[in-house]
Amino acid sequence: MLSPVILVAAVLNGLLTGAVYALVALGLTLIYGVLHIINFAHGALLTAAMFAAFFAHRLFGLDPYVAAIVLTPLFFVLGYGLQRFIIGPAAHGEDRNILLVTLGLAVMIENALLFAFRGDTRTLNLDYAFDVVDLGIAFLPVVRVTAFAVVLGVALVLWLVLSLTDTGKAIRAVAKEKLGAELSGIDVPHIYAVTFGLGTACLAVAACLLLPTYYVNPHVGNAFVLVAFTIVVLGGMGSVPGALAGGLFIGVVESLSGLYLGESLGQIGIFVMFILVLLFRPSGLFGERA
Amino acid sequence: MAEPLLRVEGVCKRFGGLTAVDGASLAVEARRITALIGPNGAGKTTLFAIISGFLAPSEGRVFHRGTNITGTPPHLLARRGIARTFQLVQPFAGLTVHENIAIGAHLSRRSRADALEAAAAVARMVGLGDLLDRPAASLTAAGSKRLEVARALATEPELILLDEVLAGLNPAEVAAMVPMVRALADRGVTILMIEHVMQAVMSLAQHVFVLVEGRIVAEGAPPAVVGNPRVVEAYLGHGAAARLWGAAGADAGGGPTGGGPAGGGPAGGGDA
Amino acid sequence: MKIAPILIVIAALATVPLLTASNVVLNFLILALMIALVGQGWNVLGGYGGQYSFGHAAFFGTGAYVTAIVQMRYGVDAWTGFALGIAGGALTGAAIGALTFRSGLKGSYFALVTLAFAEVLRILASVAPITGAGVGILIALDLRPQAFQFQSRAPFYWILLGLVGVSLVIVRLIEQTRFGAWLVAVRENEDAARALGVDATRIKLVAITVSAAMTAAGGAFYVQYFLFIDSGIAYGPWISVEALLAPIVGGIGTVFGPLLGALVVRTLGELTKLGTGDAPGLDLVIYGGLLILVVAFAPRGLAGVLSDLRGRVARLRSRMPEQAHG
Repeated sequence: MLSPVILVAAVLNGLLTGAVYALVALGLTLIYGVLHIINFAHGALLTAAMFAAFFAHRLFGLDPYVAAIVLTPLFFVLGYGLQRFIIGPAAHGEDRNILLVTLGLAVMIENALLFAFRGDTRTLNLDYAFDVVDLGIAFLPVVRVTAFAVVLGVALVLWLVLSLTDTGKAIRAVAKEKLGAELSGIDVPHIYAVTFGLGTACLAVAACLLLPTYYVNPHVGNAFVLVAFTIVVLGGMGSVPGALAGGLFIGVVESLSGLYLGESLGQIGIFVMFILVLLFRPSGLFGERA
Repeated sequence: MAEPLLRVEGVCKRFGGLTAVDGASLAVEARRITALIGPNGAGKTTLFAIISGFLAPSEGRVFHRGTNITGTPPHLLARRGIARTFQLVQPFAGLTVHENIAIGAHLSRRSRADALEAAAAVARMVGLGDLLDRPAASLTAAGSKRLEVARALATEPELILLDEVLAGLNPAEVAAMVPMVRALADRGVTILMIEHVMQAVMSLAQHVFVLVEGRIVAEGAPPAVVGNPRVVEAYLGHGAAARLWGAAGADAGGGPTGGGPAGGGPAGGGDA
Repeated sequence: MKIAPILIVIAALATVPLLTASNVVLNFLILALMIALVGQGWNVLGGYGGQYSFGHAAFFGTGAYVTAIVQMRYGVDAWTGFALGIAGGALTGAAIGALTFRSGLKGSYFALVTLAFAEVLRILASVAPITGAGVGILIALDLRPQAFQFQSRAPFYWILLGLVGVSLVIVRLIEQTRFGAWLVAVRENEDAARALGVDATRIKLVAITVSAAMTAAGGAFYVQYFLFIDSGIAYGPWISVEALLAPIVGGIGTVFGPLLGALVVRTLGELTKLGTGDAPGLDLVIYGGLLILVVAFAPRGLAGVLSDLRGRVARLRSRMPEQAHG
C-alpha cells in the first residue's frame, strides 16, 4: 500500500489538474447547454489557443498569465465569428450538418497548425515553472495552485454573468426554451454566437494556465477534449456545476490511476472510460440532440 | 365475458417526481371504436406510448388477446397487429408518399414491387392516390395526417392506436376525415383513439374512457360520459356541472340523461 | 436490376491500363478507387443508414492489420489473409455496433464514440508487439500472384476495380430490397420505423457490419499494395476523414457518390501536394474546408448538383414547344 502522504499528494494534485479539465469541460457544456451541439472543434481550438499563448511568449515575451488577458477576448471574438458566420449558416439548422461542420473546422484548424508549425513538440521554459508551495500536508506546484484559483475565479465570473447580466439571462432563456426566447425578441443567432465565444474564451484561459507545465504540439488539444467530453457526459450535458464537480473528480481518478497503473496505460484509460460512460450513462442523459 | 382485444391493467408511469399515469385500466373490445378523452396533460399520450411499447410502465400490465405484452418493443407489437400513429406527425421526410406507405406494407411483404403495389392501394383508400410521388414533407396538415394513418394501415393491423388524428384540422378537414376513420372500422380494424374533437368522438366512438390526471374517472357510451358531472368538471373546472345544470342536475348525474342540456353535451370540443 | 450503369462504368475504367502505361495515372486511380471502396462502406452506414461514423479508420485499420499479421506472423497465404482481413473488419463493425446501438447511441454521441474507438485502436496498435508497435508491419516482398503481389500496377488496379464494382452492386442491391427500405426508414425517422415493424437495432447492426466489411476490404488491399502498415496509417484520422468526405462530396446516399467524391477528393489532394510539396497537413486543411463548403452549399453532393442540372434542362426542354406556338 502506498503511504498516505503520497496518496494525499496525488489527490491534491488530481484536484488541481481536474480544475483545468473542468474549465475545458465548462466551455463544452456551455456550448452544448445552449446550442445543443457537441462542438467537435473544441480540441482544435484549445490547441490553437496553446499555440497562440506559446508564441505570445516567444515573440512578445508575454508571460502566459499576462497573455491570458489579451488572448481571452481575442478567442471570444474568434468563437463568436466561427458560430455566427460559419457553423450557424453552413448547417442550415440540421443536426447532422452541424456535426460535419464542426468536424470540418476541427480538421482545418488542427492541420493548419500542423502545416504551419510541423509536428514538433515545444515547451516553454519559465523560471517559476517548478516552484512549489508547501501546504504542510504536501508540496504543490505553484503553477497548479494558481490555475486552480483562476478556474474558480472564472467559474464565479461566468456564474455572475449568467445570473446578473441581460445577456446572461438571454443565454439562459435560449438554453431553456429557444422558441419562446425568439418570440420574446431575443436575437438567437447572436446569443448562440456569444455562448460559443464564451466557450472558446474558456479555452484561451485554460491554454494559458496549462502552458507553463505542458507541452505544445498540433495534437495536444485532443487528449484534453476527450477528458472534457467524458466529464460533460458524466456531469450532465449543459450543467455548469456538473462540469466543475466532474472535472475535479476525473482529475483525482486520473491522478490515482496514474499512480497505480503508470503513464502509458493512462491514455487508453481515458478513452476507455469515455466509451464506458457513453455506453452506460444514466438514462437521464438519453438522446442525441446534436 | 370474452377477453377484450386489448386490456390495460393498473398502469402507472412516474417520471422522477411527476406521476403521468396513476393506475389507469381500460379494455378495448374487438371491432369497435373506443375513444380515450381527457383534458390536456391527463396522460393520454403517455398511456399510448406505454401500450405501443415506446415506454415501459412503472407499474401495471398490458394484455393483447390475453397475452401479456407489457414492455414488448414497438416493432414486435407491429408484427402482432398493433399499429399506432403519432400526435406530432412523423413522416419519413426525405421519401415520397408512396415510399412512406410502402415501409408499412413491407411488414408482411418482402418484395419491393409487392410493397409498392399494396402501398398504392392503401393510398387510394385514404385519398392520397394522386399524391403518391410527392415528397412527404410537402403535404398539408390534413395530408400528413392521412399519411400517418395510411402508413399504419399498410401494416394490416388488427388494432390501430390513433393519437389525435384530427388535431390541427379545420372543420371541413375534420368532416372529411371522420368517414375515413369509420371506413377503417367497417373493414374490421379495431380502433382506440385519443381525441379532443368532441363531435368526432360523439359520432364515431362506441365506448369512451375519460382520463383525468392519470386516472380513468368515467367510461361508457359517449352521451352518458359526456353528461357525467365529473367529466364536465374535469374539462371546465370545479362547480361547472352545477353551473350548467343546476344543483339538482349535478347531483342526479347531470347531462342529457339527467335533465341537463340536450344534444352534444357541454364541452362541444371547446377545450381542444 | 439496373446494374447496367455500374457495368458500363466499371468496363470503361477497366480500359485505362490498356490505354496508358503511366504509373502516375495508375497510382492515382488506385488510391482513388481505394478511397471509393472505403467511402462506399461509410456510405452504407452513413448515407443510407443515417448513422455518421467519425471513426471508420477502426475498420480500415483492422482489415489492414489482420491481413498483414496472419501473413507475417502465422504464415497464412495472402488471399486467405485478405479474406480474413475483411472478416476481421466485419467483426469489429458488429462488435462496435452491438455495443453502441444497444445503448441507443445516435447522432453526435455515436460519432463521438466511433471516434473514441478508432483512437483506442490506434493507441493499442502503436504499443502492442503484435502490430509491430511504433515500427509497424512490413509484408515481405514476394512478387507472385499467389502472394497477391504483382510486378506491375495493372493487376492491382483490375482487382481493386473488381472490388469497387462488387461494392457498387451491393449498394444497388440494398437500394432495391426490403432491407434497404427499412434502413432508409430508420435514417429518416427511427421511431416511426419502429412503429411500422422495423427492428431498427438489428437493421443498424447489419448495416454497420456490411459497412465495416467494405471498408476493411479497402484496408486489406492497402497493405497488400503498399506492403507496409503502421498505427498512424491504419487507424489515423486521415482515413476516417476521407471515408466520410468522399461520399459527402460525391453524393451521400447514392450508389456512385463515393466513387465520384473519391476522384474529386484525391484530385484535390494531389494538386495540393504538387503546389506545396510534402508538408503534412495542408491536404487535410483543404479537405476540412471542402467538407464545410459542401455541407453549406451542396448538401447532396456532386450527384445532387448533377441531378438538379438535369432537372433544369428537362424543364427548359418541356417549355420550348410552347414557345414555338407562342
